[in-house]
Amino acid sequence: MRRIFLAIGGTVAGLVVLLGFKSHGGPALAGVAAGTANSKPYGQASAAASGAAGGSSGAGSSSGVISTAGGGRLITGDVANTAYGPVQIQVLLKQNKITKVTVLEQPQSTENDIRIGDFAFPKLIQETLTAQSDRIDSVSGATYTSGGYIKSLQSVLDNGA
Amino acid sequence: MGTVFSFDVPADLAATALPGVLRWLHWVDATFSTYREDSDVSRYGRGEVALADCAPELGEVLALCAGMRAVSGGYFTTRPGGAFDPSGLVKGWAIEHAAAMLRDAGSRNHSVNGGGDVQCVGEAASGRPWRIGIAHPLRPGTLATVVTGRDIAVATSGTGERGNHIINPHTGKPAIALAGITLVGEHLTTIDAWATAAFAMGDGAREWTESLLDCEAFAVTRGGDTWQTSGFQAFAA
Repeated sequence: MRRIFLAIGGTVAGLVVLLGFKSHGGPALAGVAAGTANSKPYGQASAAASGAAGGSSGAGSSSGVISTAGGGRLITGDVANTAYGPVQIQVLLKQNKITKVTVLEQPQSTENDIRIGDFAFPKLIQETLTAQSDRIDSVSGATYTSGGYIKSLQSVLDNGA
Repeated sequence: MGTVFSFDVPADLAATALPGVLRWLHWVDATFSTYREDSDVSRYGRGEVALADCAPELGEVLALCAGMRAVSGGYFTTRPGGAFDPSGLVKGWAIEHAAAMLRDAGSRNHSVNGGGDVQCVGEAASGRPWRIGIAHPLRPGTLATVVTGRDIAVATSGTGERGNHIINPHTGKPAIALAGITLVGEHLTTIDAWATAAFAMGDGAREWTESLLDCEAFAVTRGGDTWQTSGFQAFAA
């Protein structure tokens, strides 16, 4: 299976951020495609799968996989240029389980973005890690808005499934 | 705030089947969003257009809403705060349709999660049913329970991330007896609308959900206690 998530609607009309992850056969952070409802973002899906993000801001770390001293793997995704600004995520895996999620770069340019950054990351990343330990495919809750959910990386649950 | 969708789809269908689904979800947002002034729902709600001038799907949604209202004794409503807002049904309906589109595209096993409401088709992997965690409404970062099954729909209703309240349409006041309630069944359109109605009912939800066929419920009360319908164990992981 491939797990993909995106956000639709919101205060910036038509924001779409498409992140793709391989669900089985090894984790990989695919590239990120971004666009608006007026553009044609879905044609970028295959570009996203191959890791071609639409132009780097230059400020993020290089994407890729490195092995850590503790026997883990640090996977850094591509910088994604979303309508809110650049987003880059990094995941630390130990024995194929996510032990840490870091946001290397997140939008800071509008009040809405700051709310995403300050409010949503810690709570929902913890929820992701908890759910992962129970080998969960998906999470149902009344709490997921686009800002929090998309940054919670719920889509990386597959690594533990 | 926007809705986030998460899909589990067979890898070989991801590139071909998803674009159509994404177009559908964007169209639903453009047509039904109460946050868009120019959506059919907003214009119809303001009385600017007749139903006949709107997308035919609005008529379909209104008919479904009328059915939900009847079954729930009016606890499901298209006027939760006074203004016309069919969102309590539209989200589940849009997700269930998205899952049907993936099936039409050839997938037998997939799941679509929209803002925490999930429609699963088939199974998660060969021989393994889907496992859906229910976020604990009072203890962020933990799960209240896990449900499992094939071809299941799971919808949770409760206080939103920003404390948005669901109003009891009969009293006009926020429903506060429950912290969250999750309904499990087969078709998300119905399950999602019933979850919203059940939350608005508060303590009355237990008897009502027990009476519903094709549906089981699990709830967390405001004080942190839990209850479940007598058939819920069939879905417990």
